Amino acid sequence: MGEKKLMKGNEAFAEAAIRSGCDAYFGYPITPQSEVMEYLAAQQPHLRTGMVLLQAESEVAAINMVYGAAGTGKKVMTSSSSPGISLKQEGISYLVGSELPCLILNVVRGGPGLGTIQPSQADYFQSTKGGGHGDYRMIVLAPASVQEMSDFVKLGFDLAFKYRNPVLMLSDGIIGQMMEQVELFEQMPRATEFDQTWATTGKTPDRERNIITSVNLDPAVQERHNHKLQAKYQKMQQEEVRYESFDCEDADYLLIAYGCSARICQKSVKLARAKGIKAGLLRPITLFPFPTVEIKRLAGKVKGMMAVELSAGQMVEDVRLAVDGRVQVAFYGRMGGMVHSPEEVVDALIKHFSIG
Amino acid sequence: MNEEIIIAGFGGQGVLSLGKILAYSGMMQQMEVSWMPSYGPEMRGGTANVTVILSDERISSPILKQYDTAIILNQQSMDKFESSVKPGGILIYDSNGITRHPQRKDIQIYVIDAASESAKMSSTKTFNMIVLGAYLKIKPVVTIENVIKGLKSSLPERHHHLIPENEEAIKRGMEYIKKVA
Repeated sequence: MGEKKLMKGNEAFAEAAIRSGCDAYFGYPITPQSEVMEYLAAQQPHLRTGMVLLQAESEVAAINMVYGAAGTGKKVMTSSSSPGISLKQEGISYLVGSELPCLILNVVRGGPGLGTIQPSQADYFQSTKGGGHGDYRMIVLAPASVQEMSDFVKLGFDLAFKYRNPVLMLSDGIIGQMMEQVELFEQMPRATEFDQTWATTGKTPDRERNIITSVNLDPAVQERHNHKLQAKYQKMQQEEVRYESFDCEDADYLLIAYGCSARICQKSVKLARAKGIKAGLLRPITLFPFPTVEIKRLAGKVKGMMAVELSAGQMVEDVRLAVDGRVQVAFYGRMGGMVHSPEEVVDALIKHFSIG
Repeated sequence: MNEEIIIAGFGGQGVLSLGKILAYSGMMQQMEVSWMPSYGPEMRGGTANVTVILSDERISSPILKQYDTAIILNQQSMDKFESSVKPGGILIYDSNGITRHPQRKDIQIYVIDAASESAKMSSTKTFNMIVLGAYLKIKPVVTIENVIKGLKSSLPERHHHLIPENEEAIKRGMEYIKKVA
């Protein structure tokens, strides 16, 4: 490790893409993540590592280029913002069905529809409950700093290949646009060390042909395939839960927030404690798999919980499932590109639980 | 040390660059820094603002409601951010184009006529560096040496010949800032 730089989240993601030894990026520009492709274009990754950078004619084309390249065992990625990610959903479902690894970044903006270009977290349901069709899941990583916009590229590719499943980084306009210091990891070789024995790289006499497909005309075969996929999701739930705790152990009231909202809530915790309210914060890092067990444990210790999201309340449903009625779970959030201040969150906490 | 700053004005005044140079300078001084712009369709003529935080500790929220220092460069920003300065905090503004001057009695108010001073220099683009100098005179959170280092790492090399002029602008800002209240 070493090199420290001041970068935007989107730029750190793009630099990490090159350094991770990624083989190709396919995308289509959209605010607030246009810096990803701008940065890649300026870096000329074909000269640095041989990485392909291609601006597709649309988001639909980009995700299908990801599908094709991933099928050959290559380490590939795409990125977009909310409306563009909606367009990619069919392709994502196909990638999951065909068990193909890839990394997808969503820098979320206000919706629905074209919405606004300002920060939002309204794509939680789409990301964690299956935005495309079929019973499927993806590991969803929620970066809360520019550093994590870089680190999660490496982690995301590791997990994508470990499970042969797409990994989604669910970011937002704040984390994408803000600049912070980032410690960049060393350049990794492009030649991937992952198992690619399943890839369609040309049949050799010593093995059966590899087939990449998501279609099974026989429902019995499809059901077996679905059981196999479900077993992977169970393994993810056992092995891949990640979260970060701030002042949770002595907390009377627990805030639960991810991404930019978790950053805002870290300050809310300090402000609340200055007022004599013992607040804590649990930040899910993986939104799927969700830190259900930890939230359930904390439910037995606190007087109340409040989920804080830039949405009408989506993750709060997973919190309530984890808590299972043991403690009251409130919600606070702004929508449409408006962002709550740390003070607003404290005021909402005091109001919901009639503190003081 | 924890300094929370909002810099607000018109797009094109160098508001975002000023914030960026402050952030780079803080980084040169081994501080934690964050730079959060108001992004959107706010090019020349629209309003632009940026929140910069310099701290000895890990930075929590990059989005704030109250600031230690507000640097205000047009009337719209004055209307929006005068009330956001923490009691006892600092407000620095350029009086050019200001029709309603700040009214608060519980903060320290300074004026820097950066627009007219920059008109006397070889380029009016030195405007934001005059403002930076004014700010650093009141709050020396970073040293000029680190600002110059910050400029070197944030500017492309083809613009490095402009650094002496920027240094001069910072010094003028330090000289011409006046306390109002």
